[in-house]
Amino acid sequence: MNLTLKIWRQKGPSAKGEMKTYQVSEISGDMSFLEMMDVLNEQIITKGEEPVAFDHDCREGICGMCSMYINGEPHGPDRGVTTCQLHMRKFKDGDTIHIEPWRANAFPVIKDLAVDRSAFDRIIQAGGYVSVNTSGNSQDANAIPIPKENADLAFDAATCIGCGACVASCKNASAMLFVSAKVSQLSLLPQGQVEAKDRVLNMINQMDEEGFGNCTNTGACAIECPKGISLDNIARMNREYLSASISK
Amino acid sequence: MSTLDSKIPHGPIADKWTDYKNHIDVVNPANKRLIDVIVVGSGLAGASASASLAEMGYNVKTFCFQDSPRRAHSIAAQGGINAAKNYQNDGDSTFRLFYDTVKGGDYRAREANVYRLAEVSASIIDQCVAQGVPFAREYGGLLDNRSFGGVLVSRTFYAKGQTGQQLLLGAYSAMSRQINKGKVTMLNRHEMLDLVLVDGKARGIIARNLVTGELERHGAHAVVLASGGYGNVFYLSTNAMGSNVTAAWRAHRRGAYFANPCYTQIHPTCIPRSGDYQSKLTLMSESLRNDGRIWVPKHLKDVEAIRSGKMKPTQLKEEDRDYYLERRYPAFGNLVPRDVASRAAKERCDAGYGVNKTGEAVYLDFSAAIMRYGKEKAHTSHIHNATDAQIRELGEKVIEAKYGNLFQMYEKITDDNPYKTPMMIYPAVHYTMGGLWVDYNLMTTIPGCYATGESNFSEHGANRLGASALMQGLADGYFVLPYTIGDYLASDIRTGKISTDSKEFEEAESEVRNRLEALINNKGTKSVDHFHKRLGKVMWDKAGMARNAQGLQEAMDEIRQIREEFYKDVFVPGSVNEFNPELEKATRVADFLELGELFAKDALDRNESCGGHFREESQTEEGEALRDDVNYAFVSAWEWTGDPRTSNLHKEELKFENIELKQRSYK
Repeated sequence: MNLTLKIWRQKGPSAKGEMKTYQVSEISGDMSFLEMMDVLNEQIITKGEEPVAFDHDCREGICGMCSMYINGEPHGPDRGVTTCQLHMRKFKDGDTIHIEPWRANAFPVIKDLAVDRSAFDRIIQAGGYVSVNTSGNSQDANAIPIPKENADLAFDAATCIGCGACVASCKNASAMLFVSAKVSQLSLLPQGQVEAKDRVLNMINQMDEEGFGNCTNTGACAIECPKGISLDNIARMNREYLSASISK
Repeated sequence: MSTLDSKIPHGPIADKWTDYKNHIDVVNPANKRLIDVIVVGSGLAGASASASLAEMGYNVKTFCFQDSPRRAHSIAAQGGINAAKNYQNDGDSTFRLFYDTVKGGDYRAREANVYRLAEVSASIIDQCVAQGVPFAREYGGLLDNRSFGGVLVSRTFYAKGQTGQQLLLGAYSAMSRQINKGKVTMLNRHEMLDLVLVDGKARGIIARNLVTGELERHGAHAVVLASGGYGNVFYLSTNAMGSNVTAAWRAHRRGAYFANPCYTQIHPTCIPRSGDYQSKLTLMSESLRNDGRIWVPKHLKDVEAIRSGKMKPTQLKEEDRDYYLERRYPAFGNLVPRDVASRAAKERCDAGYGVNKTGEAVYLDFSAAIMRYGKEKAHTSHIHNATDAQIRELGEKVIEAKYGNLFQMYEKITDDNPYKTPMMIYPAVHYTMGGLWVDYNLMTTIPGCYATGESNFSEHGANRLGASALMQGLADGYFVLPYTIGDYLASDIRTGKISTDSKEFEEAESEVRNRLEALINNKGTKSVDHFHKRLGKVMWDKAGMARNAQGLQEAMDEIRQIREEFYKDVFVPGSVNEFNPELEKATRVADFLELGELFAKDALDRNESCGGHFREESQTEEGEALRDDVNYAFVSAWEWTGDPRTSNLHKEELKFENIELKQRSYK
């Protein structure tokens, strides 16, 4: 298929950006979206120009590094996938595709489609862990049975890949889905209970400091999340936060 | 040629590690605060080492090229992690895990290291559960296990098909806690481009800030490389796009010996390639072989009918299918080790039985498992007289709970529904057992430079068993390196800060700068990918699943030729001092072009078959790998001489005192 691409080009963090138009041809439906971008970049390089910078790494939907806003949706029109697992069979010959970076104050653009998501790391650093040292003789793994239902819910929350699609999809650029996924995972497990109150307070405090917006329960984040992280996590975090705020 | 000292402690194998830990030097807590350690890489090995070293009190600086340490490629490991817990009461033990790993590696690993790995494996599971890693559990609330290739017990712990992700996030969170305390300084989007030696010791690195392009000097008392494997030398592999050999290769060029570069794991169950534009291959976890049966049609006429679309695989009768692994290896069946399964798939496809258009695919079929689970579920749900359709539906739900994310990934990539039709799979490059040579302490031949996880060579011999990479990464980082490094650092408590103003740092920095500028100023006509793809094709065709002397000699010449053309004709856009992904690729491919030649040289030198290294000249009558223990029971450790072709070979003899050397059999 032949496609018209309108892509955000921005030389650096403080440079002025603009949409630029490119044409690509002979795109196969079996290509991933990033492989289509590879074709475009090869074409640009052959002309001696600068290729489009974008983040990507594993290309199997798990590292969370790819991050394109495609036709107004993070990771494009397909559900339950990251951009690297979005395949061109979702598009038609002659389509025009708009490609932009994540847009949020807390995710400044580095170049073209690559943004800085280190705010997410700082939120985890504020409390997204169980404070246990490496010892090798901590208690036996089977010493505390955990109901399968809780273990499964904790796992579902823990599958968050930290890509930032939730923030990009949110009209308020809120990070509530990301933060609540980690808070939920650890509050559902006995190992995480001990520090549950401090954790939720510290992580939310850091989230606010980073400049993420508020949650208005619109739910776009859960629809666009490539890993299907549920809105229930936000409800659980709100409950945890309320209870921690009262008792602390 | 010299003999390498692996520093294996004396005494019975079961006591070596404990005795050793009891007698090595330790650094007192106050002095640890005076010592800096650099860790390159933030995967399982790097993140766990960073967290543990910082907890002990060392000042740690950790580097990763990704935008966050959580993205290191350990995240993509799917199936599970082994540990000799014997929770299933099926007779597992430290010795059995040790034995399986040595045998699985086709007797080319160092016994003492493997035993230590098996010994600490149980602690890893305890540690991860304490961190809140959500492993799969049974209804009674206890941990669940599954089975992997090459073993007869269930010792694999898992979290659906995302075990690597969960373990990495555990290590990442432990490291994040130390970042919060200021004990780990995390440098995202930084790439190590050289190792700096002062008075013969590793004392720091030159790193490039990938956002600004600036070169930075970082000094430390020791440098730990946890930079992963080099499977991307094949261009197409299951590795992440950014996975590279540069950190390890630069250490090699500074004096660290590179061991067994030709030991590569070609994983049997990957999604077949679909076109020339393909940028990477995707793994389908080995755990699927617990429930999937591998087959091709028995008759060539059926192969034709399937390829031309006249027949669907589901229409082919049971008796017309060749479940070739079950036929050839009745004892292990579909769960033979990876090297054996890969070669068997290649053998069938080479004979013309491949089931897709390119002739390079076999089936992985879940229908039997779906019906089996469906019947069980119907029984436990008290549904009597269930129809086949009902049973199938119930069975599909069970399969979905076990492998849902893998099935979804398969469907997104291929547009085929694997619940209804068998998956198509083919072998692909997945892991490299070779890597920097290290002694029992995990130290390379450069004092103060350590290598852990996939970047070293030590535990897996010539073939790694499934679910053992995660085990090794975490064992090295949590439980081995933090102890062994103390023995070395104990002599450094009076050294003081390592200054980066010395001439060694200055020279290393200017060498790196010249290298980068030469690439940018080259102004050739072809992209970096152009050369990388050509290198990959030579590697796959002549140093891939089957190798022979003539092909390897040709590979060495062709890679050399590609390297020369690369330096004449590569075009790298942009400048050094900016965010420039093409320049990053160029530095990595330049190193792959050197490694590739050494790889072929090593494969040529090792005139035997073992594990993943299959020399056509050395096989049994049935086409199995034939080792030559008389002449090749050693580790090949190569010393850089300025040209990969003239690298010097050093040998470490492998002694088997606890396991009898014999021809591997899975029949």
